[in-house]
Amino acid sequence: MSVVIAFLIVGILGLILGFGLAVADKKLAVEKDPKLEELEAAMPGANCGGCGYAGCQAYAEAVYSGKAPAGLCSPGGAALAEKMGSILGIEVEVKERMVAFVFCRGNGEVTKTDYEYRGMGDCNAAALLQGGPIGCKEGCLHLGSCIAVCPSGAISKDEKGNIVVDKEKCIGCGKCTAVCPNHVIRMVPYAQEWICACSNHEPGGKVRKACQVGCIGCKMCETKVADSPFKVESFLSSNDWNMDQSNAAAAAEVCPQKCIVRRS
Amino acid sequence: MSYIGIVITYVFIQNFILVQFMGLCPFIGVSKNSESAIGMGVAVTFVTAITSVVCWGVSHLFLIPFDLEYLQTIAYILVIAALVQLVEMIIRKMSPGLYQALGIYLPLITTNCAVLGIAVINADNGYNLLESFLAGLSAGLGFTMAIVLMSNIREKLDMTPVRKVFQGVPIAFISAGLMALAFMMFDQSLLTNLHLV
Repeated sequence: MSVVIAFLIVGILGLILGFGLAVADKKLAVEKDPKLEELEAAMPGANCGGCGYAGCQAYAEAVYSGKAPAGLCSPGGAALAEKMGSILGIEVEVKERMVAFVFCRGNGEVTKTDYEYRGMGDCNAAALLQGGPIGCKEGCLHLGSCIAVCPSGAISKDEKGNIVVDKEKCIGCGKCTAVCPNHVIRMVPYAQEWICACSNHEPGGKVRKACQVGCIGCKMCETKVADSPFKVESFLSSNDWNMDQSNAAAAAEVCPQKCIVRRS
Repeated sequence: MSYIGIVITYVFIQNFILVQFMGLCPFIGVSKNSESAIGMGVAVTFVTAITSVVCWGVSHLFLIPFDLEYLQTIAYILVIAALVQLVEMIIRKMSPGLYQALGIYLPLITTNCAVLGIAVINADNGYNLLESFLAGLSAGLGFTMAIVLMSNIREKLDMTPVRKVFQGVPIAFISAGLMALAFMMFDQSLLTNLHLV
């Protein structure tokens, strides 16, 4: 009998409280603008944080209140930016799609190894030990910390052990760029074809000793080709995305190290 | 014990954070700036005060007449959870800014042991309705005082050169320990000396 009473009492108590909460919820309801609800529904829901906000909902609120521009969402891309613009009735400047790219082609065959690393399979852990096991201290460590953080599975290791990014799968959230201890993986415009795939700022001689495919800073790409988009700064060539790319292929041709590569 | 005695007991002598070490999660989590610390303190004070009254009512209307005191904990938690939901709705309606600032710590008041603690302490001490309410209110005030003091200390700490290993939460815990030491000076003799016992 006492069990039944206990059951009833707690049940009644719960009912009273539940009913009270239901009434309070109706009385204290916060009206949401239907536009904001529409915006939230339009978000891709990846919650990747690439826009710089805590998640899709936070970004939708920021756009709604005018604190953030509409085109920041990489997974949604231009289509989402247009949609957001039409919901809010504003003109939207579409941001160019950026994808990640590994600025290093070194691997076990072409790069010197300083020591054998047997620690945990994490680039940041390896980088703590004398800057990592490979001879080039600004190159890819190949331990795949970026693979682990990628929310869309766009990063993988090819048969040579190089880390490659599938630009179709990449949603441009930038998580891999943040986790890489050597900042070897960086964002490039989706349409970009020719890239100097090296990150080493050391003079040519040092680079040659460490790696066969590193940029030695010889300036061939800059000086031998007219109107070349490539520029060498502190012994490292880089492509200026804003310049005309028509001569980029010729610059790749003259590169003695063949480190200017065409992205597939 | 007189009413003033109850207030002094739960604000100073039995301060929930610094003496009884209850509710340390929001104490560390929301004490980064004094504005949200005050908001959190007021929310907890509101919940402890109302909880004390409602739990006294639940206890005397439902539990004691039916010999169900063994259900005390579960019934109190039910009441607390519902009250916190209510407070959350009220804050969301009244002050969206505070709602954002408190974030996850607001629903976490539910599991804040200070709230359940005051309800159980009231029942154990056999307080009447007014005494329960006062105890709940002053427990909340003691919590508010501790968290506001802490937030001011942490605001100062942000501008102080602290060694890297101690930056952030570690130095906050050390400060909290020192504050707890200071609060040990309040004890039962305070009540005796004030002729409140």
